[in-house]
Amino acid sequence: MDILLQQIINGLVQGSVYALVALGYTMVYGILGLINFAHGEVVMIGAMIALTVLKALLAAAFAPVLAVLLSLLAAMAVCMALGYSIERIAYRPLRNAPRLAPLITAIGVSIVLQNLAMMIWGREYHSFPLPFTSVSHQFGGAIVNDVQIGIVIVALVIMLGLMWLVHRTRMGRAMRAVAENPAASVLMGVDNNRVISFTFMLGSALAAIAGFMVSANYGIVHYYMGFMLGLKAFTAAVLGGIGNLRGAMLGGVLLGLIESLGAGYIGDLTGGFLGSNYQDVFAFFVLIAVLIFRPSGLLGEKLAERA
Amino acid sequence: MNLLEVENLKVSYGGIQALKGISLSIAQGELVTLIGSNGAGKTTTLKALAGLLHPVSGKVHYQEKSLLPVLAHQRVMNGIALVPEGRGIFARLTVEENLLMGAYIRHDKTGIATDLARQFELFPRLAERRAQLAGTLSGGEQQMVAMARALMSCPTLLMLDEPSMGLAPLMVEKIFETIRNISAQGMTILLVEQNAKLALEAAQRGYVLESGTITLSGAAGDLLGSDAVQRAYLGA
Repeated sequence: MDILLQQIINGLVQGSVYALVALGYTMVYGILGLINFAHGEVVMIGAMIALTVLKALLAAAFAPVLAVLLSLLAAMAVCMALGYSIERIAYRPLRNAPRLAPLITAIGVSIVLQNLAMMIWGREYHSFPLPFTSVSHQFGGAIVNDVQIGIVIVALVIMLGLMWLVHRTRMGRAMRAVAENPAASVLMGVDNNRVISFTFMLGSALAAIAGFMVSANYGIVHYYMGFMLGLKAFTAAVLGGIGNLRGAMLGGVLLGLIESLGAGYIGDLTGGFLGSNYQDVFAFFVLIAVLIFRPSGLLGEKLAERA
Repeated sequence: MNLLEVENLKVSYGGIQALKGISLSIAQGELVTLIGSNGAGKTTTLKALAGLLHPVSGKVHYQEKSLLPVLAHQRVMNGIALVPEGRGIFARLTVEENLLMGAYIRHDKTGIATDLARQFELFPRLAERRAQLAGTLSGGEQQMVAMARALMSCPTLLMLDEPSMGLAPLMVEKIFETIRNISAQGMTILLVEQNAKLALEAAQRGYVLESGTITLSGAAGDLLGSDAVQRAYLGA
């Protein structure tokens, strides 16, 4: 049982990242009924931008803390512009098209971004130059390092901030109004397109932060990293109930825990037949199970009528 | 001077002409009603005035300026509010949040707070339910939410589409009492109704719309007494 606590910690850290990315999927789905399959690539672009800027700033002898902050801000800014452009160029012209068209377009955007990243940053694995040592701490027999603690705290603060934004501000109210009844929100004087653009930018900013977190945690950046992460975050959003913000957070953390505990114990459970390299199987097992037994997700009120 | 002036307005939906060139006008402070049977083009008229539909031809002048180049969401800022057919409330927002959405275009915090209090005075029922999700309210209460929400934008022209639709008689009476109250306070109102009798009793002037054309117009009292209206809409 000595790995239990360790796996829970690992699961919480990974789950925090899933939750941030899942929020991007769920916000866009809530407002447009669209599954933005390019969202995972936005995470990857965020990681790449952070890597490039961080390297440059460290080479220019910036203070480590400043370099980290600036590279994160740069990644967020680029991703927000990217999210805005994706919606404006790829999705908006298809706003009234049959459902399949934007879905296929989303996959297309994803492929374009992947290949663009491959052309710019190459096919190799880049190591992420974290400019300080992430000290490891002993914690009840488990080990947790500074980066992991930072990830969980930052994710928590961001999620609280997002809930405040969506439920307590004028823009958040407009987001919920457009999501629920875009015909009526226009009559309130809401420029629906502006709110939709804002939603894409907000989700992309969270994606950039998530991209930074993953890179800092694993120390590796790669042009293909967004694909699997995106799929898993999408699974997390479906698990929690797509379109539901609290669901995305819950689904993200749960999926992180399921994966981590599954990978930790699968060896014991199968008598060594399957190893922890089967970790990825759990996410998709969860996805299939949710789709069969509870398609509206854990916190979904009803089946999405537009899916 | 007329607040709203519509001239020869034509609107089509995918080849079908819903409005075949209607003209109407509303003066500041008037309560004007547009009556007619199902499919006559009443809702189409309001949607075109709110900017949700684009006319094929015709003129719409509001405060002496053409309204046609103004986008739907910008018309609210010009003082035009529509309470749509079926109410269009935000079911998953609370009553108070619905009203605040009505004030979306405004930035005067104290003014919004004052008006919120005023709406709760006008609709005491909503005050009791302010923290409740609007979707859990009865049909009549939802109609109140829709009206109060429209008033929160401080409109110059309030357009109501079938406010009595699907409501119990007692609630219809209440809604019309409120409409008369708002009108008495000087609000300009364009009221679309299937319930011709109630609408004509409340209004000063009326237009009768039949398959996309205005066939009759005049003082509400005269219309109420006219044979044509009696036969067609009042079942006399």
